Amino acid sequence: MNLSELRQGQTATVVRVGGDGPFRKRLYEMGFLQGTEIYVEKYAPLRDPIEVTLKGYQVSLRVDEAAQVEVNNVRGRR
Amino acid sequence: MSSKVITVALAGNPNSGKSTIFNNLTGTRQKVGNWPGVTVEKKEGHLTADGYHLTIVDLPGTYSLTAYSLEEIVARNFILDEKPDVVVDILDCSNLERNLYLATQLSELDTKVIFVLNMADIAEERGIEIDGDKLSELLDVPVVFTVGNKGKGTHELIKAIISATESHTELPRTRRVYYGREIEKAISELTEFIKANNSKKLPYNIRWIAIKLLEDDRIVKEQVRKTADSQGEAILKQAYLKRKNLRDFFNEDPEILMTDHRYGFIAGIIKEVIRRNSKSHVDVSRQIDLVLTNRLLGLPIFVFFIWAMFQLTFSLGSYPVGWIDAGMGWLGQTASEIIPDGPLADLIVDGVIAGVGSVAIFMPNILILFFCIAVFEDTGYMARAAFLMDKVMHLIGLHGKSFIPLLMGFGCNVPAIMATRTLESEKDRILTILIIPLMSCSARLPVYILLAGTFFGASAGNVIFSIYALGIVLAVTMGRLFRSTILRGKTAPFVMELPPYRTPMLKGLLIHMWDRSKVFLRKMGGIILIGSVTVWFLSTFPRQVQLSKDYDSEIAALTAEYSSRISAARGDLRQKLIAERDRIASAFEGEKAREKVEKSYIGRLGKALSPVFAPIGIDWRGSVALLSGFVAKEIVVSTMGVLYAGEAEADEESNALKGALKKSGMTHLSAYAMMTFVLIYVPCIATVAAIKHETNSWKWALFSITYSTALAWLVAFVIYQGGKAFGLA
Repeated sequence: MNLSELRQGQTATVVRVGGDGPFRKRLYEMGFLQGTEIYVEKYAPLRDPIEVTLKGYQVSLRVDEAAQVEVNNVRGRR
Repeated sequence: MSSKVITVALAGNPNSGKSTIFNNLTGTRQKVGNWPGVTVEKKEGHLTADGYHLTIVDLPGTYSLTAYSLEEIVARNFILDEKPDVVVDILDCSNLERNLYLATQLSELDTKVIFVLNMADIAEERGIEIDGDKLSELLDVPVVFTVGNKGKGTHELIKAIISATESHTELPRTRRVYYGREIEKAISELTEFIKANNSKKLPYNIRWIAIKLLEDDRIVKEQVRKTADSQGEAILKQAYLKRKNLRDFFNEDPEILMTDHRYGFIAGIIKEVIRRNSKSHVDVSRQIDLVLTNRLLGLPIFVFFIWAMFQLTFSLGSYPVGWIDAGMGWLGQTASEIIPDGPLADLIVDGVIAGVGSVAIFMPNILILFFCIAVFEDTGYMARAAFLMDKVMHLIGLHGKSFIPLLMGFGCNVPAIMATRTLESEKDRILTILIIPLMSCSARLPVYILLAGTFFGASAGNVIFSIYALGIVLAVTMGRLFRSTILRGKTAPFVMELPPYRTPMLKGLLIHMWDRSKVFLRKMGGIILIGSVTVWFLSTFPRQVQLSKDYDSEIAALTAEYSSRISAARGDLRQKLIAERDRIASAFEGEKAREKVEKSYIGRLGKALSPVFAPIGIDWRGSVALLSGFVAKEIVVSTMGVLYAGEAEADEESNALKGALKKSGMTHLSAYAMMTFVLIYVPCIATVAAIKHETNSWKWALFSITYSTALAWLVAFVIYQGGKAFGLA
């Protein structure tokens, strides 16, 4: 499952980040590592980008970027 | 006594409170410029303490020190090549884990480092307690606590900087990231290989170079190729093989694995230095965000903030504008009284004072606009604005952050172009700068009001609206075009931190505002001055022209003739005669002014260019007006006033000018073509100066002039000729 498929208020665990070099590296450096918990804070009013919380801080990324983040163990409200 | 000089580099993540610490350290003794060759802002400040002179260099805020962004390269090169005495890393306590990532990379660089744990008060509110002594012990780095927005810890930091330069630190540090058996083996083998092959010419720590080569760092690779001569290729080959082996072994890029290990190292530290108490707390920032980025309320609130910003800028700004205008008028008056009549007086009054005045008049608006922008930035709202608008901006291939500069363009293009500094990617910045002039600024409005009011009557409002809309459509079109041609390339990842909301400090806001306004005044002043003086020269010289009549003596004769009739007349007739005399005299004056401009250099230029403007329905007088508009769009109306109506004082309300325009042969269609031309071509000299300054090259400034003028002609041509073909003329 991908991060972009999650709904507002759901939490999941990062499996791996895909995409091209600089993007992947940037996400890794910002803490999107395997095993990190990610909480979906909200989607922007125009449904893109998405805001998530990880490692105690908030970060936003575009939906097609979030689609590169593979997650599992989705929990929280449906 | 000469004091010892210490150079200090200030590093840290974006939003770590770095600029507040910088302001606390240096106060107003700052210099803002660019890093050589790039448009990344460089701030430098000074202070003296305990007989030391400290030069503080504020590095760009970065999350890491890889070579992916310009900011990271600039920061890293400064530390590596300029070798500052101390690197101070500002860490946000409430976000320590991610902030330590940069910190571990800094300590790998083998320089003296001090960690500043900033905003511990906020962290405590969130139930996070940090053991600074433990952190210092674990990483072998001095640690200082500060609370930037309360000014706490500044003194301790200065003391720590001084004692760090005096003390001898054992480098390289013993405590460092362990990258795991396979990678460590590759690192040490590569290190040995480099040492055996001409390591002396490589100026940096060899282990660090080996790590960077395994990470496939493009800047370090280049450096190795350049400095290590023939052995360079051998080293790179070796690094390539090691990299390949690791990738085959782990089925993953080594740089990703190393990032993993760094975070693993950090996790170990975090476990030892952070104590979380489970005391429940309210996260105020997230509560605010529930409203400000709400699905329903977010956009309306954003629109309201922008509206408020423009109201403040243009209504509050209009008071001092009036004063400055009056002041400049007084200055001109005084100067013309002191200096004897002649070319010098004209140069100073009509050229220099009027030219400087045209810049100074923008100043209050610019100060207020920059103040509002500083508030948006320092509170953290700017990131939310980008979050809200990214979807829209992405259509042009731009980042959400481009929205605010583009919007500011409707007010004035100059501060709008300067506001693109908030964009991180250089390509985004240049693209935004290139399309900002298509946002119709307030100076162009008088031209539209005059032309639309004259030719379109009741539907003038709709016509003007269509011009604004045309600008937006062209901006989108050109944006997409540039993005797919000259500014091609992958868009930078959007990934953007949404920092917690913070109460801004007034001092910080004022410094922020003044830094940018100062740049505007100093750099723009020169170019605008030269430009205004040039146009003044072109429109007043040659002075001795052969006029078709001797207007002055005709006016004198007229006055003499009327004065006898006036003195003979009584009552109403007398008033009528006086009015008649004044009307005829001013008509003569106007005709004189018109003929003078017609025979001046700019008039001749306009006539020479008329074949170019004829296909878009603009006669030589319109051409002259457009030429003068290169300086500023306000001038277009006054030039037209002189050339068409023959009225010395023409403003947009002038009915005489409207009548004259109608009689001049201008049609609905040519008026519309002229408005589109005014919309699209170079807004003013100040904008060109801003583009030159912000892109750091004449290339983009010249490109902007060329493309916008060509586009203006093309669009006006299509409208005029197309309209004619459809029988609209």
